[in-house]
Amino acid sequence: MATSIDVSDLDIYYGDFKAVEGVTMSIPAKSVTAFIGPSGCGKSTFLRSLNRMHEVVPGARVDGRVVMGGQDLYGSDVDPVEVRRQVGMVFQRPNPFPTMSIYENVLAGNRLNSRRMKKSEADDIVERALRGANLWKEVSDRLDKPGAGLSGGQQQRLCIARAIAVEPQVLLMDEPCSALDPISTSAIEDLIHELRTEYTIVIVTHNMQQAARFSEDTAFFNLAGAGKPGRLVEMNSTKKIFSVPDDPSTEAYISGRFG
Amino acid sequence: MSAPTTSPPAPPPARAKRRIGDVLFRGSTQVAAGIILVALAGVAIFLTAEGIPALRADAAHLAGESTFLAYAWPLLFGTLLAAFIALLIATPLAIGVALAISHYAPRRLANLVGYVIDLLAAVPSVVYGLWGANVLGPAMVPVYRWLSEHLGFLPLFAGPASGGGRTMLTAGLVLAIMALPIITAICREIFSQTPRLHEEAALALGATRWEMIRMAVFPYSRSGIVSAVMLGLGRALGETMAVALVLSAFRIVSWDLVSGTAPSTIAANIALSFPEATGVGVNVLIATGLVLFVITFAVNFSARMIVARSEKGLVR
Repeated sequence: MATSIDVSDLDIYYGDFKAVEGVTMSIPAKSVTAFIGPSGCGKSTFLRSLNRMHEVVPGARVDGRVVMGGQDLYGSDVDPVEVRRQVGMVFQRPNPFPTMSIYENVLAGNRLNSRRMKKSEADDIVERALRGANLWKEVSDRLDKPGAGLSGGQQQRLCIARAIAVEPQVLLMDEPCSALDPISTSAIEDLIHELRTEYTIVIVTHNMQQAARFSEDTAFFNLAGAGKPGRLVEMNSTKKIFSVPDDPSTEAYISGRFG
Repeated sequence: MSAPTTSPPAPPPARAKRRIGDVLFRGSTQVAAGIILVALAGVAIFLTAEGIPALRADAAHLAGESTFLAYAWPLLFGTLLAAFIALLIATPLAIGVALAISHYAPRRLANLVGYVIDLLAAVPSVVYGLWGANVLGPAMVPVYRWLSEHLGFLPLFAGPASGGGRTMLTAGLVLAIMALPIITAICREIFSQTPRLHEEAALALGATRWEMIRMAVFPYSRSGIVSAVMLGLGRALGETMAVALVLSAFRIVSWDLVSGTAPSTIAANIALSFPEATGVGVNVLIATGLVLFVITFAVNFSARMIVARSEKGLVR
Protein backbone atom coordinates (compact mmCIF):
# COMPACT_ATOMS: atom_id res chain seq x y z
CA MET A 1 0.00 0.00 0.00
CA ALA A 2 2.98 2.28 0.31
CA THR A 3 3.64 4.37 -2.75
CA SER A 4 6.38 6.59 -4.01
CA ILE A 5 6.00 10.34 -4.43
CA ASP A 6 7.18 12.26 -7.46
CA VAL A 7 7.48 16.01 -7.13
CA SER A 8 8.20 18.10 -10.18
CA ASP A 9 9.09 21.77 -10.21
CA LEU A 10 7.06 22.69 -7.14
CA ASP A 11 6.79 26.33 -6.00
CA ILE A 12 4.99 27.09 -2.75
CA TYR A 13 3.53 30.51 -1.97
CA TYR A 14 1.99 32.15 1.04
CA GLY A 15 0.05 34.96 -0.59
CA ASP A 16 2.64 36.87 -2.58
CA PHE A 17 5.55 35.43 -0.64
CA LYS A 18 7.34 32.58 -2.38
CA ALA A 19 8.46 30.22 0.37
CA VAL A 20 9.88 27.34 -1.64
CA GLU A 21 11.05 27.33 -5.23
CA GLY A 22 11.53 24.74 -7.93
CA VAL A 23 11.68 21.50 -5.97
CA THR A 24 11.93 18.36 -8.05
CA MET A 25 12.49 15.08 -6.28
CA SER A 26 11.42 11.51 -6.20
CA ILE A 27 10.72 9.90 -2.82
CA PRO A 28 10.96 6.10 -2.96
CA ALA A 29 8.31 3.83 -1.46
CA LYS A 30 8.88 1.83 1.72
CA SER A 31 11.94 3.73 2.83
CA VAL A 32 12.80 6.65 5.07
CA THR A 33 13.65 9.97 3.45
CA ALA A 34 15.04 12.72 5.66
CA PHE A 35 14.88 16.47 5.02
CA ILE A 36 17.64 18.52 6.61
CA GLY A 37 18.59 22.17 6.40
CA PRO A 38 18.80 25.38 8.43
CA SER A 39 15.70 26.86 10.09
CA GLY A 40 13.36 28.71 7.77
CA CYS A 41 14.63 27.00 4.62
CA GLY A 42 11.18 25.68 3.74
CA LYS A 43 11.64 22.01 4.52
CA SER A 44 8.62 21.90 6.84
CA THR A 45 6.57 23.90 4.35
CA PHE A 46 7.53 21.45 1.63
CA LEU A 47 6.66 18.49 3.88
CA ARG A 48 3.26 20.04 4.55
CA SER A 49 2.66 20.48 0.84
CA LEU A 50 2.83 16.67 0.50
CA ASN A 51 -0.52 16.30 2.29
CA ARG A 52 -1.83 19.78 1.51
CA MET A 53 -1.64 20.78 5.19
CA HIS A 54 0.07 24.06 4.32
CA GLU A 55 -3.26 25.14 2.82
CA VAL A 56 -4.57 25.58 6.35
CA VAL A 57 -2.87 28.99 6.19
CA PRO A 58 -5.07 31.38 4.20
CA GLY A 59 -3.53 32.40 0.90
CA ALA A 60 -1.25 29.38 0.59
CA ARG A 61 -0.98 27.81 -2.87
CA VAL A 62 1.43 25.86 -5.06
CA ASP A 63 2.60 25.65 -8.66
CA GLY A 64 3.86 22.33 -9.93
CA ARG A 65 2.95 18.70 -9.52
CA VAL A 66 3.03 16.20 -6.67
CA VAL A 67 2.18 12.74 -7.94
CA MET A 68 1.44 10.00 -5.45
CA GLY A 69 0.37 6.56 -6.66
CA GLY A 70 -0.28 7.91 -10.13
CA GLN A 71 -2.51 10.74 -8.92
CA ASP A 72 -1.65 14.44 -8.92
CA LEU A 73 -2.45 15.68 -5.39
CA TYR A 74 -3.09 19.16 -6.75
CA GLY A 75 -5.36 18.07 -9.58
CA SER A 76 -8.44 20.24 -9.89
CA ASP A 77 -10.78 17.42 -8.86
CA VAL A 78 -8.78 16.34 -5.80
CA ASP A 79 -10.22 17.09 -2.36
CA PRO A 80 -7.51 18.00 0.19
CA VAL A 81 -9.52 16.14 2.83
CA GLU A 82 -9.17 12.92 0.81
CA VAL A 83 -5.43 13.51 0.40
CA ARG A 84 -4.98 13.85 4.16
CA ARG A 85 -6.85 10.61 4.76
CA GLN A 86 -4.18 8.80 2.74
CA VAL A 87 -1.17 10.65 4.07
CA GLY A 88 -0.65 10.46 7.82
CA MET A 89 1.18 13.20 9.67
CA VAL A 90 3.00 13.43 12.99
CA PHE A 91 3.82 16.85 14.39
CA GLN A 92 6.68 18.41 16.27
CA ARG A 93 4.81 18.44 19.55
CA PRO A 94 2.62 15.50 20.53
CA ASN A 95 -1.01 16.48 20.04
CA PRO A 96 -3.43 13.80 21.24
CA PHE A 97 -6.99 15.08 21.62
CA PRO A 98 -7.18 16.08 25.30
CA THR A 99 -10.81 15.10 25.89
CA MET A 100 -10.49 11.68 24.29
CA SER A 101 -9.32 8.45 25.89
CA ILE A 102 -6.30 6.61 24.52
CA TYR A 103 -8.68 4.24 22.77
CA GLU A 104 -10.69 7.02 21.15
CA ASN A 105 -7.55 8.88 20.15
CA VAL A 106 -6.29 5.91 18.17
CA LEU A 107 -9.65 5.53 16.47
CA ALA A 108 -10.15 9.24 15.71
CA GLY A 109 -9.14 8.90 12.05
CA ASN A 110 -11.14 5.72 11.49
CA ARG A 111 -14.22 7.31 12.96
CA LEU A 112 -13.94 10.05 10.35
CA ASN A 113 -13.67 7.55 7.52
CA SER A 114 -16.45 5.18 8.44
CA ARG A 115 -19.20 5.94 10.88
CA ARG A 116 -20.13 2.38 11.83
CA MET A 117 -17.62 -0.03 13.25
CA LYS A 118 -18.21 -3.19 15.19
CA LYS A 119 -16.75 -3.17 18.68
CA SER A 120 -14.51 -6.16 17.92
CA GLU A 121 -13.33 -4.51 14.72
CA ALA A 122 -12.50 -1.30 16.59
CA ASP A 123 -10.68 -3.27 19.29
CA ASP A 124 -8.58 -4.95 16.60
CA ILE A 125 -7.64 -1.67 14.97
CA VAL A 126 -6.66 -0.13 18.31
CA GLU A 127 -4.51 -3.09 19.31
CA ARG A 128 -2.83 -3.34 15.92
CA ALA A 129 -2.07 0.40 15.79
CA LEU A 130 -0.77 0.53 19.36
CA ARG A 131 1.37 -2.57 18.80
CA GLY A 132 2.61 -0.97 15.59
CA ALA A 133 3.60 2.10 17.56
CA ASN A 134 5.32 0.05 20.32
CA LEU A 135 2.88 1.40 22.87
CA TRP A 136 0.54 -1.54 23.45
CA LYS A 137 2.44 -3.03 26.39
CA GLU A 138 2.53 0.28 28.23
CA VAL A 139 -1.11 1.29 27.85
CA SER A 140 -3.14 -1.89 27.24
CA ASP A 141 -4.45 -1.80 30.81
CA ARG A 142 -5.63 1.81 30.68
CA LEU A 143 -7.09 2.37 27.25
CA ASP A 144 -9.99 4.33 28.70
CA LYS A 145 -7.75 6.91 30.39
CA PRO A 146 -7.16 10.31 28.75
CA GLY A 147 -4.37 10.37 26.20
CA ALA A 148 -3.06 13.59 27.67
CA GLY A 149 -2.09 11.75 30.86
CA LEU A 150 0.78 9.92 29.15
CA SER A 151 4.39 11.06 29.09
CA GLY A 152 5.59 13.16 26.15
CA GLY A 153 7.24 10.24 24.40
CA GLN A 154 4.22 8.01 24.92
CA GLN A 155 1.96 10.77 23.61
CA GLN A 156 4.05 11.03 20.47
CA ARG A 157 3.82 7.27 19.94
CA LEU A 158 0.08 7.55 20.53
CA CYS A 159 -0.01 10.14 17.74
CA ILE A 160 1.92 7.75 15.49
CA ALA A 161 -0.57 5.00 16.39
CA ARG A 162 -3.40 7.36 15.50
CA ALA A 163 -1.75 8.10 12.15
CA ILE A 164 -1.11 4.44 11.21
CA ALA A 165 -4.53 3.25 12.42
CA VAL A 166 -6.04 4.42 9.13
CA GLU A 167 -3.30 2.55 7.21
CA PRO A 168 -2.07 5.51 5.20
CA GLN A 169 0.17 5.18 2.16
CA VAL A 170 2.66 7.73 3.40
CA LEU A 171 3.69 8.93 6.84
CA LEU A 172 5.00 12.49 7.17
CA MET A 173 6.87 13.48 10.32
CA ASP A 174 7.74 17.06 11.16
CA GLU A 175 10.61 16.94 13.68
CA PRO A 176 8.82 14.25 15.70
CA CYS A 177 11.55 14.01 18.34
CA SER A 178 12.50 17.62 18.90
CA ALA A 179 10.27 18.01 21.96
CA LEU A 180 11.28 14.70 23.53
CA ASP A 181 13.98 13.51 25.90
CA PRO A 182 16.77 11.20 24.59
CA ILE A 183 15.17 7.97 25.79
CA SER A 184 11.83 8.75 24.16
CA THR A 185 13.71 9.88 21.07
CA SER A 186 15.45 6.57 20.75
CA ALA A 187 12.13 4.74 21.20
CA ILE A 188 10.65 6.76 18.33
CA GLU A 189 13.72 6.17 16.17
CA ASP A 190 13.45 2.42 16.69
CA LEU A 191 9.81 2.67 15.76
CA ILE A 192 10.52 4.59 12.56
CA HIS A 193 13.07 1.94 11.69
CA GLU A 194 10.39 -0.77 11.99
CA LEU A 195 7.68 1.20 10.21
CA ARG A 196 9.76 1.61 7.08
CA THR A 197 8.93 -1.92 5.98
CA GLU A 198 5.29 -0.92 5.54
CA TYR A 199 5.14 2.79 4.92
CA THR A 200 6.80 5.48 2.85
CA ILE A 201 8.20 7.75 5.55
CA VAL A 202 9.30 11.34 5.10
CA ILE A 203 10.84 13.04 8.11
CA VAL A 204 12.08 16.55 8.78
CA THR A 205 14.84 16.65 11.36
CA HIS A 206 17.31 19.11 12.78
CA ASN A 207 19.36 16.30 14.19
CA MET A 208 21.85 15.20 11.58
CA GLN A 209 22.97 12.12 13.45
CA GLN A 210 19.35 11.09 13.45
CA ALA A 211 19.11 11.54 9.69
CA ALA A 212 22.31 9.59 9.22
CA ARG A 213 21.16 6.79 11.52
CA PHE A 214 17.91 5.75 9.99
CA SER A 215 17.25 7.31 6.60
CA GLU A 216 17.97 5.77 3.21
CA ASP A 217 17.92 9.09 1.39
CA THR A 218 18.54 12.64 2.53
CA ALA A 219 17.49 15.92 0.95
CA PHE A 220 19.32 19.10 1.90
CA PHE A 221 17.33 22.35 1.69
CA ASN A 222 18.77 25.83 1.91
CA LEU A 223 17.81 29.43 1.31
CA ALA A 224 19.03 30.93 -1.93
CA GLY A 225 19.85 34.01 0.15
CA ALA A 226 18.30 36.27 2.78
CA GLY A 227 14.65 36.96 1.88
CA LYS A 228 14.79 34.54 -1.04
CA PRO A 229 12.74 31.34 -1.26
CA GLY A 230 14.07 28.05 0.04
CA ARG A 231 15.17 25.45 -2.48
CA LEU A 232 16.36 21.89 -2.69
CA VAL A 233 20.14 21.92 -2.90
CA GLU A 234 20.81 18.24 -3.19
CA MET A 235 19.14 14.88 -2.71
CA ASN A 236 21.17 11.71 -2.58
CA SER A 237 21.55 8.51 -0.68
CA THR A 238 22.20 9.28 2.96
CA LYS A 239 25.55 7.53 2.79
CA LYS A 240 26.71 9.78 -0.03
CA ILE A 241 25.34 12.99 1.52
CA PHE A 242 27.22 12.36 4.73
CA SER A 243 30.48 11.32 3.08
CA VAL A 244 30.99 12.87 -0.35
CA PRO A 245 28.13 15.29 -1.08
CA ASP A 246 27.93 16.80 -4.56
CA ASP A 247 27.38 20.35 -3.41
CA PRO A 248 29.95 22.25 -1.33
CA SER A 249 27.24 23.98 0.73
CA THR A 250 25.88 20.57 1.78
CA GLU A 251 29.28 19.63 3.01
CA ALA A 252 29.62 22.93 4.84
CA TYR A 253 26.26 22.44 6.56
CA ILE A 254 26.90 18.85 7.54
CA SER A 255 30.33 19.55 8.90
CA GLY A 256 28.85 22.38 10.96
CA ARG A 257 30.62 25.23 9.26
CA PHE A 258 27.37 27.14 8.76
CA GLY A 259 23.69 26.84 9.48
CA MET B 1 28.63 40.27 37.30
CA SER B 2 32.03 40.71 35.79
CA ALA B 3 33.47 42.86 38.58
CA PRO B 4 36.19 40.98 40.48
CA THR B 5 35.15 40.16 44.00
CA THR B 6 37.70 40.60 46.71
CA SER B 7 36.56 38.44 49.61
CA PRO B 8 33.12 39.99 50.01
CA PRO B 9 31.75 40.46 53.49
CA ALA B 10 29.40 37.68 54.55
CA PRO B 11 26.11 38.42 52.76
CA PRO B 12 23.19 39.26 55.01
CA PRO B 13 20.78 36.36 55.45
CA ALA B 14 18.67 36.24 52.30
CA ARG B 15 15.26 37.60 53.09
CA ALA B 16 12.58 38.71 50.66
CA LYS B 17 12.72 42.47 50.62
CA ARG B 18 9.38 44.24 51.03
CA ARG B 19 9.15 46.51 48.04
CA ILE B 20 6.80 49.43 48.48
CA GLY B 21 5.30 49.08 44.97
CA ASP B 22 4.42 45.43 45.52
CA VAL B 23 2.84 46.15 48.88
CA LEU B 24 0.71 48.98 47.49
CA PHE B 25 -0.40 47.05 44.44
CA ARG B 26 -1.21 43.96 46.40
CA GLY B 27 -3.19 46.01 48.89
CA SER B 28 -5.19 47.82 46.22
CA THR B 29 -6.11 44.64 44.33
CA GLN B 30 -7.25 43.03 47.54
CA VAL B 31 -9.37 46.04 48.40
CA ALA B 32 -10.92 45.94 44.93
CA ALA B 33 -11.76 42.27 45.34
CA GLY B 34 -13.14 42.96 48.81
CA ILE B 35 -15.45 45.72 47.58
CA ILE B 36 -17.19 43.25 45.25
CA LEU B 37 -17.94 40.91 48.13
CA VAL B 38 -19.12 43.74 50.37
CA ALA B 39 -21.40 45.12 47.65
CA LEU B 40 -22.90 41.70 46.99
CA ALA B 41 -23.42 41.08 50.70
CA GLY B 42 -24.98 44.54 51.03
CA VAL B 43 -27.49 43.79 48.28
CA ALA B 44 -28.34 40.42 49.78
CA ILE B 45 -28.84 41.90 53.26
CA PHE B 46 -30.99 44.75 51.93
CA LEU B 47 -33.19 42.41 49.88
CA THR B 48 -33.65 40.02 52.79
CA ALA B 49 -34.33 42.66 55.43
CA GLU B 50 -36.78 44.60 53.29
CA GLY B 51 -38.35 41.50 51.79
CA ILE B 52 -39.28 39.69 54.99
CA PRO B 53 -42.33 41.91 55.79
CA ALA B 54 -43.81 40.80 52.47
CA LEU B 55 -44.36 37.32 53.90
CA ARG B 56 -46.93 38.82 56.28
CA ALA B 57 -48.55 41.07 53.68
CA ASP B 58 -52.33 40.88 53.28
CA ALA B 59 -54.34 40.39 50.13
CA ALA B 60 -54.67 44.12 49.58
CA HIS B 61 -50.96 44.39 48.87
CA LEU B 62 -50.71 41.10 47.00
CA ALA B 63 -53.06 41.92 44.16
CA GLY B 64 -55.73 39.78 45.75
CA GLU B 65 -53.55 36.70 46.39
CA SER B 66 -53.58 35.23 49.87
CA THR B 67 -49.85 34.45 50.22
CA PHE B 68 -46.66 35.93 48.87
CA LEU B 69 -45.78 32.70 47.11
CA ALA B 70 -49.05 32.69 45.21
CA TYR B 71 -48.26 36.25 44.16
CA ALA B 72 -44.67 35.64 43.12
CA TRP B 73 -45.05 32.27 41.38
CA PRO B 74 -46.65 33.49 38.10
CA LEU B 75 -43.98 36.21 37.84
CA LEU B 76 -41.21 33.71 38.45
CA PHE B 77 -42.78 31.42 35.85
CA GLY B 78 -42.88 34.26 33.32
CA THR B 79 -39.28 35.21 34.05
CA LEU B 80 -37.98 31.68 33.58
CA LEU B 81 -40.09 31.05 30.48
CA ALA B 82 -38.95 34.26 28.76
CA ALA B 83 -35.30 33.61 29.63
CA PHE B 84 -35.56 29.99 28.49
CA ILE B 85 -37.03 30.96 25.11
CA ALA B 86 -34.36 33.63 24.75
CA LEU B 87 -31.52 31.16 25.39
CA LEU B 88 -33.08 28.51 23.17
CA ILE B 89 -32.90 30.98 20.30
CA ALA B 90 -29.74 32.86 21.21
CA THR B 91 -27.38 29.97 22.06
CA PRO B 92 -27.29 28.18 18.69
CA LEU B 93 -27.33 31.48 16.88
CA ALA B 94 -24.46 32.88 18.96
CA ILE B 95 -22.36 29.72 18.56
CA GLY B 96 -22.98 29.83 14.83
CA VAL B 97 -22.01 33.48 14.54
CA ALA B 98 -18.95 32.96 16.73
CA LEU B 99 -17.80 30.00 14.61
CA ALA B 100 -18.33 31.98 11.45
CA ILE B 101 -16.18 34.76 12.84
CA SER B 102 -13.45 32.54 14.27
CA HIS B 103 -13.24 29.76 11.68
CA TYR B 104 -15.25 30.34 8.52
CA ALA B 105 -15.51 33.91 7.33
CA PRO B 106 -12.63 35.68 5.60
CA ARG B 107 -10.75 37.87 8.05
CA ARG B 108 -12.16 41.23 6.97
CA LEU B 109 -15.77 40.10 6.90
CA ALA B 110 -15.26 38.40 10.28
CA ASN B 111 -13.97 41.60 11.82
CA LEU B 112 -16.92 43.55 10.47
CA VAL B 113 -19.49 41.04 11.73
CA GLY B 114 -17.79 40.92 15.12
CA TYR B 115 -17.92 44.69 15.33
CA VAL B 116 -21.61 44.83 14.45
CA ILE B 117 -22.45 42.17 17.02
CA ASP B 118 -20.58 44.17 19.66
CA LEU B 119 -22.62 47.22 18.67
CA LEU B 120 -25.81 45.30 19.45
CA ALA B 121 -24.69 45.31 23.08
CA ALA B 122 -24.48 49.10 23.07
CA VAL B 123 -28.13 49.63 22.12
CA PRO B 124 -30.09 50.70 25.24
CA SER B 125 -32.65 48.15 26.36
CA VAL B 126 -35.51 50.65 26.17
CA VAL B 127 -34.87 50.91 22.44
CA TYR B 128 -35.11 47.14 22.13
CA GLY B 129 -38.37 47.31 24.04
CA LEU B 130 -39.87 49.94 21.74
CA TRP B 131 -38.68 48.06 18.69
CA GLY B 132 -40.08 44.79 20.01
CA ALA B 133 -43.46 46.28 20.85
CA ASN B 134 -43.91 48.45 17.76
CA VAL B 135 -41.96 46.74 14.97
CA LEU B 136 -41.12 43.12 15.70
CA GLY B 137 -44.41 42.30 17.43
CA PRO B 138 -46.73 43.54 14.63
CA ALA B 139 -44.44 42.00 12.03
CA MET B 140 -44.71 38.62 13.73
CA VAL B 141 -48.54 38.63 13.86
CA PRO B 142 -48.98 36.53 10.67
CA VAL B 143 -46.49 34.01 12.02
CA TYR B 144 -48.40 33.75 15.30
CA ARG B 145 -51.67 33.31 13.41
CA TRP B 146 -50.16 30.53 11.35
CA LEU B 147 -48.72 28.86 14.46
CA SER B 148 -52.01 28.93 16.34
CA GLU B 149 -53.93 27.67 13.30
CA HIS B 150 -51.63 24.81 12.38
CA LEU B 151 -49.92 23.93 15.63
CA GLY B 152 -52.75 24.99 17.93
CA PHE B 153 -53.01 21.47 19.35
CA LEU B 154 -49.78 22.17 21.23
CA PRO B 155 -50.32 24.10 24.46
CA LEU B 156 -47.47 26.38 23.38
CA PHE B 157 -49.42 27.72 20.42
CA ALA B 158 -52.98 27.31 21.70
CA GLY B 159 -53.86 30.92 20.93
CA PRO B 160 -55.94 32.86 20.21
CA ALA B 161 -53.07 34.61 18.46
CA SER B 162 -52.46 38.14 19.63
CA GLY B 163 -53.55 40.87 17.28
CA GLY B 164 -50.78 43.24 18.33
CA GLY B 165 -47.99 40.68 18.52
CA ARG B 166 -47.13 41.56 22.11
CA THR B 167 -46.61 37.97 23.15
CA MET B 168 -44.25 35.80 25.16
CA LEU B 169 -42.50 34.75 21.96
CA THR B 170 -41.89 38.37 21.00
CA ALA B 171 -40.42 39.03 24.43
CA GLY B 172 -38.24 35.92 24.09
CA LEU B 173 -37.03 37.04 20.67
CA VAL B 174 -36.13 40.51 21.92
CA LEU B 175 -34.31 39.01 24.90
CA ALA B 176 -32.49 36.61 22.57
CA ILE B 177 -31.19 39.50 20.50
CA MET B 178 -30.11 41.26 23.70
CA ALA B 179 -28.30 38.20 25.01
CA LEU B 180 -26.68 37.49 21.65
CA PRO B 181 -23.70 39.90 21.82
CA ILE B 182 -22.33 38.69 25.15
CA ILE B 183 -22.65 35.00 24.26
CA THR B 184 -21.14 35.57 20.82
CA ALA B 185 -18.25 37.65 22.10
CA ILE B 186 -17.18 35.07 24.68
CA CYS B 187 -17.65 32.08 22.36
CA ARG B 188 -15.69 33.79 19.61
CA GLU B 189 -12.84 34.48 22.00
CA ILE B 190 -12.72 30.88 23.22
CA PHE B 191 -13.07 29.33 19.78
CA SER B 192 -10.18 31.35 18.46
CA GLN B 193 -8.03 30.23 21.39
CA THR B 194 -8.29 26.56 20.44
CA PRO B 195 -4.69 25.32 20.26
CA ARG B 196 -3.52 25.19 16.66
CA LEU B 197 -1.94 21.86 17.52
CA HIS B 198 -5.30 20.21 18.13
CA GLU B 199 -6.87 21.72 15.05
CA GLU B 200 -4.02 20.47 12.90
CA ALA B 201 -4.21 17.03 14.49
CA ALA B 202 -7.80 16.74 13.31
CA LEU B 203 -7.15 18.22 9.86
CA ALA B 204 -4.16 15.95 9.26
CA LEU B 205 -6.37 12.93 9.89
CA GLY B 206 -8.56 14.08 7.05
CA ALA B 207 -11.24 15.88 9.02
CA THR B 208 -13.40 18.36 7.17
CA ARG B 209 -13.66 21.76 8.75
CA TRP B 210 -16.87 20.87 10.54
CA GLU B 211 -15.38 17.58 11.78
CA MET B 212 -12.33 19.49 12.96
CA ILE B 213 -14.58 21.86 14.89
CA ARG B 214 -16.34 18.92 16.52
CA MET B 215 -13.11 17.08 17.34
CA ALA B 216 -10.91 19.95 18.45
CA VAL B 217 -12.81 23.20 18.97
CA PHE B 218 -15.95 22.13 20.85
CA PRO B 219 -14.28 19.83 23.40
CA TYR B 220 -11.78 22.56 24.16
CA SER B 221 -14.38 25.29 24.59
CA ARG B 222 -17.17 23.38 26.32
CA SER B 223 -16.80 25.08 29.69
CA GLY B 224 -16.43 28.47 28.06
CA ILE B 225 -19.66 28.02 26.14
CA VAL B 226 -21.47 27.21 29.38
CA SER B 227 -20.05 30.35 31.01
CA ALA B 228 -21.10 32.43 28.03
CA VAL B 229 -24.64 31.06 28.12
CA MET B 230 -24.81 31.74 31.85
CA LEU B 231 -23.89 35.38 31.32
CA GLY B 232 -26.52 35.57 28.60
CA LEU B 233 -29.03 34.01 30.97
CA GLY B 234 -28.17 36.63 33.56
CA ARG B 235 -29.01 39.33 31.06
CA ALA B 236 -32.26 37.63 30.01
CA LEU B 237 -33.44 37.00 33.58
CA GLY B 238 -32.83 40.51 34.81
CA GLU B 239 -33.88 42.47 31.74
CA THR B 240 -36.54 45.00 32.70
CA MET B 241 -37.42 47.71 30.23
CA ALA B 242 -37.63 45.62 27.08
CA VAL B 243 -39.98 43.10 28.67
CA ALA B 244 -42.01 45.80 30.39
CA LEU B 245 -42.62 47.50 27.05
CA VAL B 246 -43.40 44.34 25.09
CA LEU B 247 -45.64 42.46 27.53
CA SER B 248 -48.77 43.72 29.16
CA ALA B 249 -48.67 43.09 32.88
CA PHE B 250 -50.58 39.91 33.52
CA ARG B 251 -49.83 37.69 36.44
CA ILE B 252 -50.86 34.32 35.09
CA VAL B 253 -49.24 30.96 34.51
CA SER B 254 -49.64 30.16 30.84
CA TRP B 255 -47.56 28.19 28.35
CA ASP B 256 -49.23 29.97 25.47
CA LEU B 257 -46.47 31.75 23.57
CA VAL B 258 -48.58 33.42 20.91
CA SER B 259 -51.43 34.91 22.91
CA GLY B 260 -51.57 38.52 24.05
CA THR B 261 -52.32 37.36 27.58
CA ALA B 262 -48.82 36.43 28.63
CA PRO B 263 -47.19 36.11 32.04
CA SER B 264 -45.07 39.10 32.99
CA THR B 265 -41.61 38.80 34.52
CA ILE B 266 -40.32 39.75 37.95
CA ALA B 267 -38.16 42.62 36.74
CA ALA B 268 -40.83 44.09 34.47
CA ASN B 269 -43.43 43.76 37.21
CA ILE B 270 -41.23 45.67 39.64
CA ALA B 271 -40.68 48.44 37.13
CA LEU B 272 -44.38 48.74 36.25
CA SER B 273 -45.77 48.44 39.80
CA PHE B 274 -43.19 50.38 41.75
CA PRO B 275 -44.52 53.92 41.11
CA GLU B 276 -47.90 53.06 42.68
CA ALA B 277 -46.60 50.83 45.46
CA THR B 278 -46.76 52.04 49.05
CA GLY B 279 -45.99 50.56 52.46
CA VAL B 280 -45.92 46.79 52.46
CA GLY B 281 -46.48 46.84 48.72
CA VAL B 282 -42.91 48.05 48.33
CA ASN B 283 -41.70 45.18 50.50
CA VAL B 284 -43.58 42.74 48.31
CA LEU B 285 -41.81 44.00 45.22
CA ILE B 286 -38.44 43.86 46.95
CA ALA B 287 -39.18 40.31 48.01
CA THR B 288 -39.79 39.34 44.38
CA GLY B 289 -36.41 40.93 43.67
CA LEU B 290 -34.90 38.64 46.28
CA VAL B 291 -36.46 35.66 44.53
CA LEU B 292 -34.84 36.75 41.26
CA PHE B 293 -31.52 37.23 43.04
CA VAL B 294 -31.62 33.76 44.54
CA ILE B 295 -32.67 32.13 41.25
CA THR B 296 -29.86 33.83 39.31
CA PHE B 297 -27.39 32.79 41.96
CA ALA B 298 -28.59 29.20 41.99
CA VAL B 299 -28.52 28.88 38.19
CA ASN B 300 -25.01 30.28 38.00
CA PHE B 301 -23.80 28.10 40.81
CA SER B 302 -25.21 24.89 39.39
CA ALA B 303 -23.81 25.66 35.94
CA ARG B 304 -20.35 26.13 37.41
CA MET B 305 -20.68 22.83 39.22
CA ILE B 306 -21.64 21.02 36.04
CA VAL B 307 -18.65 22.50 34.27
CA ALA B 308 -16.28 21.65 37.12
CA ARG B 309 -17.49 18.05 37.12
CA SER B 310 -17.09 17.63 33.37
CA GLU B 311 -13.62 19.16 33.50
CA LYS B 312 -12.42 16.64 36.04
CA GLY B 313 -9.91 14.23 34.57
CA LEU B 314 -9.43 16.47 31.58
CA VAL B 315 -5.80 17.53 31.49
CA ARG B 316 -5.12 20.67 29.58
